Amino acid sequence: MSFVVNLALGLLFGIGLVVSGMSDPAKVLNFLDLFGTWDPSLAFVMGGAVITAFFGYRLVLKREKPVAAASFHLPAGSAIDSRILVGPAIFGIGWGLGGFCPGPALTAVTLGATGTYAFLPMMFVGMWLARTATAGRVAVAT
Amino acid sequence: MTEFTPVASTIGGILIGLSAVLLMAWEGRIAGISGISSRLLPPYADGAFLSRLGFVLGLVAAPLIYLLATGTEVVQAVSSNLPLMTVAGLLVGFGSVYGNGCTSGHGVCGLSRLSLRSLVATVTFMVTAIATVFVVRHIAGA
Repeated sequence: MSFVVNLALGLLFGIGLVVSGMSDPAKVLNFLDLFGTWDPSLAFVMGGAVITAFFGYRLVLKREKPVAAASFHLPAGSAIDSRILVGPAIFGIGWGLGGFCPGPALTAVTLGATGTYAFLPMMFVGMWLARTATAGRVAVAT
Repeated sequence: MTEFTPVASTIGGILIGLSAVLLMAWEGRIAGISGISSRLLPPYADGAFLSRLGFVLGLVAAPLIYLLATGTEVVQAVSSNLPLMTVAGLLVGFGSVYGNGCTSGHGVCGLSRLSLRSLVATVTFMVTAIATVFVVRHIAGA
């Protein structure tokens, strides 16, 4: 059951990426190109998503627990450590090089671009390396 | 150039936010794509593998369902510079997991929860991504 619900929610998320234009690296790179062919569209993606989630989370978190789990799993850490700077800094460089973050890269699987097939396996290698590098330390779920 | 699409981008953003809210309501988890996809790799700490697999398959299937529903092919302009995409994938995978989140986990879910860590992460990856695009497009001249 949770598989089917998650399939539907992943689909909804993916359709959102496609409709918004965020799944297209060209649009992402133009959003990041403030000093060139700037396309501010993705600010509207973030705006729409954050405002929806801001109000939606408030409604949902008033409940005692989620429908299909015993409790809410919210990231508990609030420390500003080196990982919260180093990780995103590295991620941003990769995002700026390829125009893909993980969600859009996954929506690209069936679209046949060779660049996607260079990017995705290495993304999982990078994820595995980071999990290995941080194993044993408390990692907050996101 | 890419076309400025404030309406479609806002609608897409709302769908992304809705997916995040419903995932929280269903099983109390953050819709962070790097967290969900990296936990498809071992070691498995909890029993949510099938849920995560469902969510990722939904993302992968999104362009196909979009094509079936609208008759419009999803267009993505992915770089065919394979060394660049290889490096980009590695950095995106490593950085997102090392920093506990990417555009979705920190950018959408974290900001809407008013998390300071996520704000720091989001500002950091925006800055390095914008700087990377600036260097690639306006200094290296690619």
